[in-house]
Amino acid sequence: MSMRLDNLTFKGGVHVPDNKSMSSGKVIEKAREPKTVYISLQQHVGAPCEAIVKVGDKVKVGQKIGDSKAKVSAPVHSSVSGVVKSITKRYTTAGVKVDCIEIESDGLNEMDESIGKKAELDKLSKSEIIDIIRESGIVGLGGAGYPLHSKLITAEDCCAIGSSIETLILNGAECEPYLTCDHRIMLEHPDKVVFGLEVMMKYLDINEGYIAVENNKMDAIEALRNASKDKNIKVVSLKTKFPQGDSYRIVDAVTGKKVPKGGRCNDAKSSVSNVHTAYALAEAILENKPLYERVITVTGNGIKEPKNLLVKVGTTIGEIIEQCGGFNGKPGKIIAGGPMTGTALFSLDTPIVKATGGILVLTEEETRVEKVQSCIKCGKCVEVCPVYLEPLYIAAYALKDNYDAAERYDALACISCGSCSYICPSKRPLAEAISHAKYEIKARRK
Amino acid sequence: MEDIKTNSVVLDDMLTVSAAPHIRSNQSVSRIMLDVIIALVPAMIGSVYFFGLNALKLLLVCCISAVFFEAVIQKLLKKEVRIKDLSAVVTGILLAFNLPANTPWWVAVFGAGFAIIIVKELFGGIGSNFMNPALAARAALVASWPGIMSNYINPDGISAATPLSVLKSGSGSLPSIQRMLIGDIGGVIGETSAILLLIGAAYLIIRKVIDWKIPAIFIASTAVFLLIFGVDASKLIYHILGGGLILGAFFMATDYSSSPVTPKGRIIFALGCGILTALIRVHGSMPEGVSYSILIMNVASPVIEKWTKPRVFGEVKKNENR
Repeated sequence: MSMRLDNLTFKGGVHVPDNKSMSSGKVIEKAREPKTVYISLQQHVGAPCEAIVKVGDKVKVGQKIGDSKAKVSAPVHSSVSGVVKSITKRYTTAGVKVDCIEIESDGLNEMDESIGKKAELDKLSKSEIIDIIRESGIVGLGGAGYPLHSKLITAEDCCAIGSSIETLILNGAECEPYLTCDHRIMLEHPDKVVFGLEVMMKYLDINEGYIAVENNKMDAIEALRNASKDKNIKVVSLKTKFPQGDSYRIVDAVTGKKVPKGGRCNDAKSSVSNVHTAYALAEAILENKPLYERVITVTGNGIKEPKNLLVKVGTTIGEIIEQCGGFNGKPGKIIAGGPMTGTALFSLDTPIVKATGGILVLTEEETRVEKVQSCIKCGKCVEVCPVYLEPLYIAAYALKDNYDAAERYDALACISCGSCSYICPSKRPLAEAISHAKYEIKARRK
Repeated sequence: MEDIKTNSVVLDDMLTVSAAPHIRSNQSVSRIMLDVIIALVPAMIGSVYFFGLNALKLLLVCCISAVFFEAVIQKLLKKEVRIKDLSAVVTGILLAFNLPANTPWWVAVFGAGFAIIIVKELFGGIGSNFMNPALAARAALVASWPGIMSNYINPDGISAATPLSVLKSGSGSLPSIQRMLIGDIGGVIGETSAILLLIGAAYLIIRKVIDWKIPAIFIASTAVFLLIFGVDASKLIYHILGGGLILGAFFMATDYSSSPVTPKGRIIFALGCGILTALIRVHGSMPEGVSYSILIMNVASPVIEKWTKPRVFGEVKKNENR
């Protein structure tokens, strides 16, 4: 275990202008009540939910409306009170077309009876904790959307077979440029973030927890250090570098352990969760509040008034953008998430899902496609790759449909962080080509 | 089922939809080449100062003909004409740097044509040349006009031996170390001033255009192996400052497309350059060995790259237990 607590980092990566000042000073605001929400039945990694309501049903805020018996899955809840209008396939901010429950809000915000029941952590058993987490539909809010209860159960299973989890890390790196929702959560709700971590520590019987934050958010580090005084929690600062927030990079930076190739964080005796996830977990335990709303950053030069908004899951991005003063000039690109790994959207009617951390609008000028030139073999992509790949060759093989060669060059180890494409002086779509190769290789295996 | 397009605020014709990442750095090929040109400016000024208008003439002839040949061959091969990336200018300057001051203009033109047409464009253009174009052209010129290419003159215009040929033959007198540093010595026009080349090299390292490891290991291993091969330690400084080692190590061995991209590969490449340079200088028939050692390592570089594929993050050796 490293003894250092400041400026921890990893090898590789890129320095990207963070552009966070547009929204980092904006206090979290509650968004306007949406008129209609579209709740996706698959907002997480794993099996999709099945609707447990029918068209015409009346639902309340926080009422479970979709669930699944699968091991890796998380239930979904209504974020408004109103009437179920339809269940149809739509594109969500995750970029996939999935079944969504359309609910027209009655504007009354009537809460489900179960919400508000307070629980005391000391009196909760492990199975009660995991039940609350599952029933609250908590998934990784850093973007991955992995169901939290599934992650914790897997981590506990590891403990059971002797390869115990030693390090629990809350990820507050927020290394994606522009995004500031995690920053605001840490700054405004440090107690809940710390409490969420304590719940996970209790569940996994871990005595020491870490919260790792990039050093461009010193105010958040300070707030968390104050909130975690006298607790077995260390708040560590990380160098500001992309993709510091990738879970393997953060385990490497904090513990010095390398997650083995093809392995998971558990294999490095570590478990990583996002700070926003911990916040949602705290609310689930303290108020029995399921995950039906979250903070997202609405930002970019294409937005009139960048904000950090507490938004109900299922709200369309059109409604959200409207509350931020609308577009600033002609928008060039609307991105769900950050600019390095986010998904470009094509319609304002796209509803957000639990894992959507931001809506970034780039202007037409910023969207201009630069001309792709020949690879000059400068090797910068090799220097910045955080998994030590040779992106230039994998991409070249992918473009020639030679997926066997791409696989030999370890295409599947790529984490799609985009650093290679970012740094490439020839503006080659390296990460894009490698992602394509990954799909092809996986498809062939099936 | 509703189609999303019929009930949405259609932004299709205004929005760009593409895969991540959505932002790019401000790096560009022409910026990199411009940096190399800027880094070569001190040595260019030095060459004109020491060797006079002959040097200026060679620089102009090489650059203009390199750009001209690049444009013509790209037109003929029906490729996009990309002289704006400035790579031909870099090749032109480096070629001129490798010529003795009294080289006739037509030899320079031939060299530029060979570098651009044969070595660079016929093998696929920028990024695809397997040898450093300027060095390959120099080798072609040495083979074709050995007399012209070895007729070194001192800055004062008198035909003279270079410090390394003095060392090799054992006759003649060596210049002072101060003159070696400044560049007031015999040799090709761009190699003589260590200090001016190093100023440019520092710029390239600061701008992160080149990896300092290649030149550092190249020069260090040359020195070490010269000592191993029996060169007197007091003469080592002449070997380092003379004979194009500084020019070669910082500006030629670092050529992107003809050196490995892998971190370990770069180290092996630089070591090879150093060992071969020492070997040629001590045991070869020529006094100088930098160009040929780089060319040989250029050819070996694809193999080195294959051997030195980086171990992926978290990958363990087969017999290594976690």
